[in-house]
Amino acid sequence: MLRDITLGQYYPTDSVIHRLDPRVKLTATLLFIVSMFLFHSFLGYAVAGICLAVVIVISHVPFRFMMKGLKTIWFLLIFTMIFNIFLTDGTILFQWKFIKISQEGLLTAAFMGLRLFFLIIGSSLMTLTTTPNQLTTGMETGLRWMKVIHVPVHEIAMMMSIALRFIPILMEETDKIMKAQQARGADFEEGKLMDRVRALVPVFVPLFVSAFRRANELAMAMEARCYRGDNGRTSMKPLKYAARDGIAYVIMVLFLVLIVFTDKIAALIF
Amino acid sequence: MLYLDKVNYIYQKGTAMEMPALHDVSIEIRDGEFIGVIGHTGSGKSTLIQHLNGLVKPTSGNIYYNGRDIWDEDFSRKELRTKVGLVFQYPEYQLFETTVEKDVEFGPTNMKLPKLEVQMRAFEALKTVGIGEDLYDVSPFDLSGGQKRRVAIAGILAMRPEVIVLDEPTAGLDPCGRDEILEAIARIRKERNITVVLVSHSMEDVARYVDRLIVMDHGMVKFDGPTKEVFQNYEELEKIGLAAPQVTYLTAALMKKGVPLPGIATTVEEAKEMLKAVTGAR
Amino acid sequence: MIKASKLAYEYIRRDEEGNVEGIVRALDGVDLDIKSGDFVAILGHNGSGKSTIAKEINAILEPTEGVLFVNNYDTSKEENIWDIRQSAGMVFQNPDNQLVASVVEEDVAFGPENLGVPTDEIILRVAEALEKVGMTAYRNSSPNHLSGGQKQRIAIAGILAMKPKCIVLDEPTAMLDPNGRKEVISTIHELNKKEGITILLITHYMDEVVGCDKVIVMDNGKVVMQGTPREIFSRPDEIKKHKLDLPQVTELADELAKEGVDMPKGILSIDEFVEAFTSRYAGK
Repeated sequence: MLRDITLGQYYPTDSVIHRLDPRVKLTATLLFIVSMFLFHSFLGYAVAGICLAVVIVISHVPFRFMMKGLKTIWFLLIFTMIFNIFLTDGTILFQWKFIKISQEGLLTAAFMGLRLFFLIIGSSLMTLTTTPNQLTTGMETGLRWMKVIHVPVHEIAMMMSIALRFIPILMEETDKIMKAQQARGADFEEGKLMDRVRALVPVFVPLFVSAFRRANELAMAMEARCYRGDNGRTSMKPLKYAARDGIAYVIMVLFLVLIVFTDKIAALIF
Repeated sequence: MLYLDKVNYIYQKGTAMEMPALHDVSIEIRDGEFIGVIGHTGSGKSTLIQHLNGLVKPTSGNIYYNGRDIWDEDFSRKELRTKVGLVFQYPEYQLFETTVEKDVEFGPTNMKLPKLEVQMRAFEALKTVGIGEDLYDVSPFDLSGGQKRRVAIAGILAMRPEVIVLDEPTAGLDPCGRDEILEAIARIRKERNITVVLVSHSMEDVARYVDRLIVMDHGMVKFDGPTKEVFQNYEELEKIGLAAPQVTYLTAALMKKGVPLPGIATTVEEAKEMLKAVTGAR
Repeated sequence: MIKASKLAYEYIRRDEEGNVEGIVRALDGVDLDIKSGDFVAILGHNGSGKSTIAKEINAILEPTEGVLFVNNYDTSKEENIWDIRQSAGMVFQNPDNQLVASVVEEDVAFGPENLGVPTDEIILRVAEALEKVGMTAYRNSSPNHLSGGQKQRIAIAGILAMKPKCIVLDEPTAMLDPNGRKEVISTIHELNKKEGITILLITHYMDEVVGCDKVIVMDNGKVVMQGTPREIFSRPDEIKKHKLDLPQVTELADELAKEGVDMPKGILSIDEFVEAFTSRYAGK
């Protein structure tokens, strides 16, 4: 059933990582991404890789499950690596007509590949261990300071949570409308590209009409329940930091120091 | 004309959400029948009707249309869908064209018929469902709920199907809109003499119109027979979360009190005649 | 609780180019007096003006003429809007399009959160509201996995958590199957009896009206009939004239009476029919 598709790819287990405050996980992910650009040595990659591996093990999310999510990105990964192999100049290792492979090329390709791999695994670790709802709350609370610079944080978070509720409904509706138009002889599988695009008009028009109708009714229902933006709004589940969240922040700082430090040491050794 | 032979259907086979939706369903739909299908939400009746025009493929079992297996390699299911017209629930949500006429023409146009033929069929279908010429150029989005739904039914009718399957055609309408739809269906029966399959939650409507009743429960056919006979089992129906028309309970209660009735009634007219006879028609 | 005097609502209908096509008088001189603790049903076919009343009561629409007081607040005064919406909560027809959150308890909390209720009390109110509609077991579910009747009960819980005095339900059962309809109707009857909440049920299903204190029939924006269910059901021809249905037993009794069979007027249930019939024709 389409309605069972969960957005993102939350993998429910009862690990410490799952129980962390979403703000902590958001910060950690951001920090991890930034740290990727702070080192340029093998040792740095090794340290980052080990840290990532440790977090994955603690999270109880099977590594194979994470790799499944990578499927669509393999192409990008390989593409980037090939690009780097062939287009970097340096000590030539192999040459055939205009194609040449250099030592530096191989190295950059390996680093780029690894860096991309870490980035993707690192950020999917967040979506795997945090429900979309927690993520929304985390963003709303964690980014509240941005209201000072007139970023409508609350509105964005509200939009996200409404989208989370209605995307499965609209997906199911799309399925139903497609079937209904098929029952009227519409054909979505045959014909040239233009024909296929045109065949989608009978699906998208009713879908948009329905989405607008839903939006209208929902807006009215929200107003009837006294919604008026975040004026004096309270929350049933306000985020509260626990001891483990403090520890997590400390670990993050240690990680950052470690990364910068290893890179310095690596520079001294090599 | 349509024959389902031991049809099984399993939802999302091979995933964690695997769930049987139809279990060994064998049904024969004969030419010219008026069939009602009842069952509570989740009983498999919606899945069942999507099998009839090949929108859903059975996990096992076969479906034959005029003796041919509809899932044969060389069988055109696209053509089948013009022969077995399926009107989904809330069909007005599928209207998309700029005018009523164009929307009804969508089906016949997809059949690649000549323009004149397409128009003729659309006019004819709109007439059958009782939509007047003054509304042909109106946007379908400006119509009333009952009108929209009739236009949507005309959209299927314009393909001139041999069977028309309607999934809860009266859901959400007021008594007025409901009567409009039921009258339109009665006219379709009279003018076209085609087979009609009516899925409904309203026992009153089913009792009044259909000749044969199929009761679905947990993906299985629980009862299949003449409407009146099926409603004899009103106590069983109750157990599976369904009901019989109110007059059925009334006549049963009267009999229990010793009023000599010939049997249970399923419509108001029938009950009236029975009770009049008892009172000696004074 | 709700008091209206000569209430009227007009809107201007425009064609596609925005030209005025005419003025539609959706409500026309409506007088209402609904007392605290009443269970009142408003009946009417589509376009009779019954949904406009609901929107007026919730201050979504402003009266064109006349006055409307909800819980002693004048609905035409802008500053009263939030007090009105808190005291007269509203449940709509489509169960999907009124639930905001993707977890049941968070949806129920939406109203009190908007009202600025402190966290501890929200938790209490949510638990209590879910208990009253019998949906406690589903508090952590996603609304997408619930049946139509269950979703409507969640919507009712969402209103209850705002501690209203009155709940207005605008055709809450029109999109439900018979079991869902029963669930919702028995839930609101229970709230009316046990909690003393005033209920205003807008519907076109006649059988839902039977247990009400008072029935109001609308047509053409006017109140055309008013009274107890028995009084209303005793006038079957009038009901049909306003494009409404009768429950089968009421219709049968009426038809029989027309054929000269001695049956009383305004029969509401199977038991009443059996009682009336057997007492007159037993042993014949």
